[in-house]
Amino acid sequence: MSVLKIEDLQVSVETEQGTKHILRGVDLTIGEGETHAIMGPNGSGKSTLAYAIAGHPKYHVEGGSVTLDGEEMLTKTVDERARAGLFLAMQYPVEVPGVSVSNFLRTAKTAIDGEAPAIRGWIKDLDASMQALRMDKSFRERNVNEGFSGGEKKRNEILQLELLKPKFAVLDETDSGLDVDALKVVSEGVNRAKANTGLGILLITHYNRILRYVHPDFVHVFVAGRVAEQGGPELAVRLENEGYDRFLEGSNVG
Amino acid sequence: MAAPETTAPAARVEPVQHGFQAHSDGGSAFVPVQTRSERFTSTSADDFAAVTGLEFEWKFAPMAKIAHLTAEPLDGSVVEVAADAVDGFSVDWIAHDDALIGSAGAPEDRASANAWSTAEKALHVRVSGEEGGELIVRRTGFGSAPRAAHVVIEAAPNSRGVVILEHSGAANLAENVEIIVREGAQLTVVTVQEWDDEALHLSSHFATVGRDANLRHVIVSLGGSVVRVNPAIHLVEQGASTDAFGLYFADAGQFLEQRPYIDHVAANTRSRVNYKGALQGKGAHTVWVGDVLIGPHADGTDSYEQNRNLVLSEGTRADSIPNLEIETGNIVGAGHASSTGRFDDEQLFYLQSRGISEEEARRLVVRGFLAEIIQQIGSPALEERLAVAVEAELIRSQAAE
Repeated sequence: MSVLKIEDLQVSVETEQGTKHILRGVDLTIGEGETHAIMGPNGSGKSTLAYAIAGHPKYHVEGGSVTLDGEEMLTKTVDERARAGLFLAMQYPVEVPGVSVSNFLRTAKTAIDGEAPAIRGWIKDLDASMQALRMDKSFRERNVNEGFSGGEKKRNEILQLELLKPKFAVLDETDSGLDVDALKVVSEGVNRAKANTGLGILLITHYNRILRYVHPDFVHVFVAGRVAEQGGPELAVRLENEGYDRFLEGSNVG
Repeated sequence: MAAPETTAPAARVEPVQHGFQAHSDGGSAFVPVQTRSERFTSTSADDFAAVTGLEFEWKFAPMAKIAHLTAEPLDGSVVEVAADAVDGFSVDWIAHDDALIGSAGAPEDRASANAWSTAEKALHVRVSGEEGGELIVRRTGFGSAPRAAHVVIEAAPNSRGVVILEHSGAANLAENVEIIVREGAQLTVVTVQEWDDEALHLSSHFATVGRDANLRHVIVSLGGSVVRVNPAIHLVEQGASTDAFGLYFADAGQFLEQRPYIDHVAANTRSRVNYKGALQGKGAHTVWVGDVLIGPHADGTDSYEQNRNLVLSEGTRADSIPNLEIETGNIVGAGHASSTGRFDDEQLFYLQSRGISEEEARRLVVRGFLAEIIQQIGSPALEERLAVAVEAELIRSQAAE
């Protein structure tokens, strides 16, 4: 059983106003095949958590640890973390000029697996995943995210999730900006990945909407850089009805 | 032909302060906005005003390094080249008063005119076969003294062939390359610059493309200190077409310039221009000025030009200027595009977050970006060699970072 363990994680970021402490001691344990939803108001540090786990250079770890099956991730480079089995589906995937989707995916797959995938099986997997995500074959030859709509970018993220087969995935507001059809397609992709590989999921979202399609085992409410409350799926429903107001009194997060 | 061999260069004239010498003024001292085809031309350097560096054709270039090629005497003696005997191609030297000289164009700048009037003979490459073979001409013996050269590449009617000019070693060279594509011929000319780090190379290409003929023209500039290749391609008869490509990779301190000019003279002519460049390292500077002129008789012209630059590090500069002049309204299409994009930290993070190492990420981006041009060259062996050369260039400039 794989386990991703986040302990007392403290993270700051440099802003024009100086160093800003965003995560103030986060504790979370995610087991193989589990889906954890992280919900919370804007500015609570949800995305910071996602980027800190992935190792974005903008975020400075002040303390704590993130271990994957006992192995410390925070001292590893971004690519080493990915090769260890972490994946971040980004909220705003960047365009990569000059690199086709197919070239990118094959290079990433080769890097993750340590060897090039066998051509025939790879093309078959790629076609099947793209078809399931309702992505036209022409996407393969387009440059990564260049000229993609918001929905196309999110599908492309989930395509990578399916093909790279990480142990744990952080989905950073993958639902934002998606219409209901696209939301269903993307959610199905996440569920497929989970069914196929026993993926553990950290699902970061502002809304309950995606949780109708990707069912969480646990829900954590994130406020002011730490987990303020946790529970089962019923907590998400309660948040939808009541909002985050009851958590925000006295907190002072931008 | 014989192995590369340098004939004794003439005694080098001591450098003098440039621009102080008085020159007769051929009317080019100040040129207001004008039609591209009306730019002043002359085969004599003295007809051009001394170069100040402020002129549009020189304003981007590091004149301190190259002014002497516009102003000082050059050694115009023959420098032998190496080329295998290939069926359908011939290589010889012709006198500078040969009737072929000047049939594809005339100098538009002072370095070109200086070379024109100095080169004693012209290397003459003739393509006569219809089978589409490939000839590689290796030019390696120029040395570091200032020199002039002249090349004429001629494709006989209905011939087909690929002529590759490969440049390496030292150079301090101003030259003119004339390309004559006669009716129905399909000619590819590739000029590859892999000079030593200190090399200076100013090359003006003039091409004339005849009825239903096609010129595929490819510039690949990787090595050298200052390398400028400016092709002027005249589509002078009905049905003439050109595909003009460029690929350049500038690293720290390198200046690479190219100014393709496509002149649609006749009706139903077609042109495609696509140049791509990568820049990495402090002081890497590239210039692309793409002129397309659709003349008053060029009805049915179909034209598109684009330039894309990929900036890989801080401290680089890419100038990209497309110009389109249309003198007839009755055309199929005329478009242009220019973009300069950065490979930045967010892209790096994205690729790394998918397991790809930093080095591999940069290589992936550059390789992908330039592959589009490499694939167009039309010589599998050269394409493969250049893919490797670009990769080596990238690794070298990464190491220097």
